[in-house]
Amino acid sequence: MHADLPGEPAQPLLTIRGLQKHFPLKTGLFGKGKDVVRAVDGVDFEVLKNETLGVVGESGCGKSTTARLMMQLIAPTAGEVIFDGRTVGGRELSVKEFRRQVQMVFQDSYASLNPRLTIEDSVAFGPQVHGVSKSEAVLRARDLLARVGLEPHRFAERYPHELSGGQRQRVNIARALALQPRMVILDEAVSALDKSVEAQVINLLLDLKAEFGLTYVFISHDLNVVRYVSDRVMVMYLGQLAEIGPSDALYENPQHPYTRALLSSIPALDPDHRTEKAALAGDPPNPINPPSGCRFHPRCPLAAPVCSQQVPARLAVGARQAVSCLIHEAGSGHPNAPSRLKVA
Amino acid sequence: MSTLAASPPIQALQVQRSRGYWTAALHRFLKDPVALGAAAVVLLLVGLAVFGPWLAPADPYQSSMFKRLKPIGTTGFPLGTDELGRDMLSRLIVGARLSLFVGITPVIVAFMLGSAIGILAGYAGGIVNAVIMRTIDVFYAFPSVLLAIALSGVLGAGIVNSLISLTIVFIPQIARVAESVTTQVRGRDYVEAARASGANAFTIVRVHVLGNVLGPIFVYATSLIAVSMILASGLSFLGLGVKPPEPEWGLMLNTLRTALYVQPWVAALPGLMIFITSISFNILSDGLRSAMDNKG
Repeated sequence: MHADLPGEPAQPLLTIRGLQKHFPLKTGLFGKGKDVVRAVDGVDFEVLKNETLGVVGESGCGKSTTARLMMQLIAPTAGEVIFDGRTVGGRELSVKEFRRQVQMVFQDSYASLNPRLTIEDSVAFGPQVHGVSKSEAVLRARDLLARVGLEPHRFAERYPHELSGGQRQRVNIARALALQPRMVILDEAVSALDKSVEAQVINLLLDLKAEFGLTYVFISHDLNVVRYVSDRVMVMYLGQLAEIGPSDALYENPQHPYTRALLSSIPALDPDHRTEKAALAGDPPNPINPPSGCRFHPRCPLAAPVCSQQVPARLAVGARQAVSCLIHEAGSGHPNAPSRLKVA
Repeated sequence: MSTLAASPPIQALQVQRSRGYWTAALHRFLKDPVALGAAAVVLLLVGLAVFGPWLAPADPYQSSMFKRLKPIGTTGFPLGTDELGRDMLSRLIVGARLSLFVGITPVIVAFMLGSAIGILAGYAGGIVNAVIMRTIDVFYAFPSVLLAIALSGVLGAGIVNSLISLTIVFIPQIARVAESVTTQVRGRDYVEAARASGANAFTIVRVHVLGNVLGPIFVYATSLIAVSMILASGLSFLGLGVKPPEPEWGLMLNTLRTALYVQPWVAALPGLMIFITSISFNILSDGLRSAMDNKG
């Protein structure tokens, strides 16, 4: 019990419980229809202190919505966000204070900087919101620009359009760090960069993590990069969690058929082991009307009749890995599932 | 730390201190000869408006029954005389002040009020937006000429009332532009990032929204000056705006229409002035628009 007290190292930095976001579809002029897009539909996970949690999944699986929900930029339909043992938005931890502790870096480096502000003013904005004087905030901004590899005397008074994509993303990182947060959500933060620049920025992120003792949530569709930076990886499919686990375990021993399909889509470096057939056919189903039972069953190579009827529960596999698949659920009725007796 | 030093070396060559956004926009504007020409004409008109009474060669109110409707080029009356024998040149020069005043004032007032309404609607979104914008749409549904005439008619003739009615005509138009620009800016990641840093709505609007929306709204408003002048002229023409004998181009156009068959060139002069003014403002606003676009 001692370990659950706020501030203890074993206390997860961020706990997400039953997070849901349904976007209503507008139908008529005034009325909102019954149809909703289930962008995030019941997600539970924890982000441990000082770890990097990678989040992967296809486009539209709810990665970015999850990030925005975590950041409290959009209101969840249901569920709660608990930061270091304190519920966010309640009496225990105000949203403003939470936002000082958790920051975000967006994918589009240009769109996430105000074109009318010099980069030093952009970086200094956050601290000023939290009561730091202008001159002190500018000093802090210059210090951070130096730390992200942009010499202040040359860059501080430039405008975003005068910088390259990699430089702008460094500014965004400096801006996120200006509030001295404990956690940074990186929403496809390196996806839009050239490979060489991407590597530089990733190394910068890893250096900064060590230097400031940060916790990262690293959202990306690039499986190789996620494996490189993450301690644990979470796989999302159509607004739900498919599998979560330590990255080595998950990459070497994927348990969910979707994880396996995703991993086999990584291009092989050896032409002899070229993947001839696409591991996954078609697009993900429409989140307005998701498939019944396991959401992955229409595209799953191992689907059985039971998969369209029963919603898989989340099961622990191995030490820290968990998977939502009926194959692993004893007595689920899936032909490949272990029988109840065996487990008992 | 080796990665920190690895920023692209190309930047090392440009030690040049970056120009501010407005300096850069001014620089682009100065390279646009057409816009500069229009700006010169506008400056000239403003000069006429300020110094008109001192520049006019004759008294613009001095009429003479014997010198009515003289053609252009008459000795002593380089641009002829109007239907009451008053010097056209002097009336056109002195008329610049009133004409520009009725053209620009409603736009300035509507720019301030319309921007405030539009930015509020655009940033608040949701139900606030719906209520404000649907109300605006009611005004927008009337053709602007009709609305201006109706409002002036209700308020009564007179210069102040015509200014008020023109302001009301322009508020919805500017508010709509302000709303759409603000809605765009509100969805940008830097506004999200500002929200993520814990700033309240007022601070975000002040620091991140205003600077990015006022430019486009201002450019649109500039283009309305021409419309405003024409509408104001129209109101004067109908006897709802400026009253005789004040020299104002729209009113002059009205009173001279009876002389259209006798002295068509003289009668067309006020219209020519309105045309020159409105086209100059239009070109100027186009030039401003492209100068303020730093995407290139």
